[in-house]
Amino acid sequence: MRFKVNGSDVEIDAHPMRRLLDVLREDLLLTGTKEGCGEGECGACTVLIDGAAVCACIVPVAHAEGAEITTIEGLGGDHPLQRSFTMCGGAQCGICTPGMIMAALPLGSKPSIDEIRTGLAGNLCRCTGYEAIYRAIQEA
Amino acid sequence: MSTQSPSVAANGGVVGSSTPRVDGMAKAAGTARYVDDITFPDMIYGRTIRSTIARGRIRNIQFDFGPDDGFVVVDYRDIPGINVVTLIEDDQPYLVEREVRHMAEPILLLAHADRERLLAAQVTIDYEVDEAVLDASLSTDVMDTVHIERGDIDAGFAEADVIVEGEYTTGHQEQLYIEPNGMIAMCADNGITVIGSLQCPFYMDRALRAVLGLSRDKVRVIQAETGGGFGGKEEYPSMIGGHAALLAWKCRKPVKLIYDRVEDMLATTKRHPFRIRHRTGVKRDGRITAIDIDILVDGGAYVTLTPVVLSRGAIHAAGPYRCDNVRVSGRAVMTNTPPNGAFRGFGAPQTLFAAEVHMERIAETLGMDSVTLREVNLLLPGDATITGGTLGADASAAEVLAEALKRTDFRTRRDAMKGTNRGIGLALFFHGSGFTGAGETKLASRAALELTAGGVRILSGTVEIGQGMRTVHSQIVADVLGIPMDDVEYAEADTLHVPDSGPTVASRTSMVVGGILERCARELLEKLGGLSPQEYFARNGALTVSKHYEAPPHLDFDEKTYRGHAYGTYAWACDVAEVEYDPDTYTVRTVNLTAVQEIGRALHPVLAAGQIEGGTAQGVGYALLENVVMRDGAMANASLTNYIIPTTLDTPRIDTVILENPYAYGPFGAKGIGELPIDGPAPAIVNAIRHLGIDIRALPATPERIMEAACASK
Repeated sequence: MRFKVNGSDVEIDAHPMRRLLDVLREDLLLTGTKEGCGEGECGACTVLIDGAAVCACIVPVAHAEGAEITTIEGLGGDHPLQRSFTMCGGAQCGICTPGMIMAALPLGSKPSIDEIRTGLAGNLCRCTGYEAIYRAIQEA
Repeated sequence: MSTQSPSVAANGGVVGSSTPRVDGMAKAAGTARYVDDITFPDMIYGRTIRSTIARGRIRNIQFDFGPDDGFVVVDYRDIPGINVVTLIEDDQPYLVEREVRHMAEPILLLAHADRERLLAAQVTIDYEVDEAVLDASLSTDVMDTVHIERGDIDAGFAEADVIVEGEYTTGHQEQLYIEPNGMIAMCADNGITVIGSLQCPFYMDRALRAVLGLSRDKVRVIQAETGGGFGGKEEYPSMIGGHAALLAWKCRKPVKLIYDRVEDMLATTKRHPFRIRHRTGVKRDGRITAIDIDILVDGGAYVTLTPVVLSRGAIHAAGPYRCDNVRVSGRAVMTNTPPNGAFRGFGAPQTLFAAEVHMERIAETLGMDSVTLREVNLLLPGDATITGGTLGADASAAEVLAEALKRTDFRTRRDAMKGTNRGIGLALFFHGSGFTGAGETKLASRAALELTAGGVRILSGTVEIGQGMRTVHSQIVADVLGIPMDDVEYAEADTLHVPDSGPTVASRTSMVVGGILERCARELLEKLGGLSPQEYFARNGALTVSKHYEAPPHLDFDEKTYRGHAYGTYAWACDVAEVEYDPDTYTVRTVNLTAVQEIGRALHPVLAAGQIEGGTAQGVGYALLENVVMRDGAMANASLTNYIIPTTLDTPRIDTVILENPYAYGPFGAKGIGELPIDGPAPAIVNAIRHLGIDIRALPATPERIMEAACASK
């Protein structure tokens, strides 16, 4: 199976129903994508497939054939959102943070509070009460 | 007292400024290593086989695999030490020997190199089933009791014009850290090393020594980056770490034992359900003359930390109010349900919910403004708490209430909302900082600083669980030494190298351990004799300063009589909730929540606000959404699909106001902050629902409960 991950071509031999999350974490060693619930509820495993935010725990890898996947590692570590999450207290325990940042990416620059709240409604954070995440995204 | 907004800039030193958190970039980049991100050569996977009955005895166990199928099987007979999770009482086994006391109780451990085969393995267990005790009010098995009495309760009721009674109940709540529990264990040098997600490395160190029968130098616990705890990773990790260790001990390979979300919710500890009965005597002018409170706590099947939860709940039960005649009686009982345990607030959210809803009902009975009732009775500096401890000058009930009223224009808005589907309510509350009474003295926590070529390294056995400990401790040390943050590093939480600083719990990490580090830094500063740490290290080599906890002089609590100062200090707060009610669906939504919280000193305003906002959101969930449905002794909705925690759309905008009234014995004046914020939202929200004319006395206030209450009041 072939697809692109963070701009690089990837070819893997995996069962088509294997979770994209496991392929990313275990086959490609991209452990920045986290597992929180395994049922698509918490959003900790959010990655972009062709620019759209999805939960990698409920996507069979067959679904990614030919697609362009972006994970948190693809942002390079110094992306404005990554800096802003650090400055604004958007990351506390950090386990939801990669997924939050990936879910925030498609919102574009300077989204409104309502756009952020709707856009991140599938991403759970238990530490921040979301306020610092809103600040981080608005100030990125 | 000063008011500080979360974005205030630095005022000279680094304490009080919102310097970027030291672990922020690794977390935002996805490079921080949590336990499930770590692998070792030859590592295999572990799985726990659990009971499917609430009470009974094991008759027979059958496997669908054979001895040549590559499975490692561990039962209680494989335990080299004692089959007990050491904590308060030695009652909870690592693995059931014969008698099952709750659903999802660990019976066997399996490990296999192939995770799919491991998960597919079938283990069939036959039981003799006994009748389970699932209702705490029917249990006769008492784990612990508490009795607080001050003044003359009969005289207090005799003096009263009116007596108001009420019963309040609270349900379980799941901590719901987003990273599920997990551990990796491996044998090393005739000993064991366990790496995992946890709050208390030295609790687990002690537990591992007991279960494996090893000496101290043979056990090593390392905390991986931990994806939230909230109390849920205080005691139960000792169970998981022990299980992983038993598997590794038997097969001599590294074993990774990670819970999935369902197992984590089904098997691990939750907030204790409480039933609280109030009987209060008041004068017509609102003065409270007698408070009589009865508390029943469902401890679950084993003691875990229940006596301490009961104790803190009881000490906070009367709320932040003055009364000379008080009696609080509490008992915790055993039921055949999974053990309840530590969760942020530790008994106080339950009893403060009851206290604050009861205040509203007293005001209604008197025909009095409930704000005025609070103003008449609130604790002031110099007043005595129910245990007789005198409050210091930093007692701030009046200030937080006044600020919350002003900030929200409370009385005006309350009047304006009458007759609409909007309601507004408030809760006034406090939270004792650090361990109760002599708890800190008994812990005798230690922390240390050591010089390095690059500056100073902090050695502490408390851990970073998201609260920002590494950053705040580094700020304290940097400020005392007058060096940049970059010259301070934090040692990995590895029991081989760091001292036992006590558990990462009880709102004690900044105040208590930060205080020890402040004293370490002062002594180090003297020893440096004007040199920078780097200069001293280059000239003289290594230098370590270690200090242990010293109790403030006024902390004189007697835990047998429950008399004296139960806590060194309290943090104080007032929450105001505004709700919107849909009479067609009986749904209540929190629209705004104002959290005014007095925390001594905000060492790092952004992190402090983060604690308040996060705790407040958890409190909103506790109030309205988080409903643990227990069926036949097990959580019936053990998944994130069915157990709802607040999303962005359920969480109201939180207006955080930090007030500072420094505590003389806290580092730079800081008090405990971690738990305070979760005490207030539930009573504030339920009081806002009450403002709509709906009488709720149980948590969570689900649409079903609201419907029943709304129909009953029609």
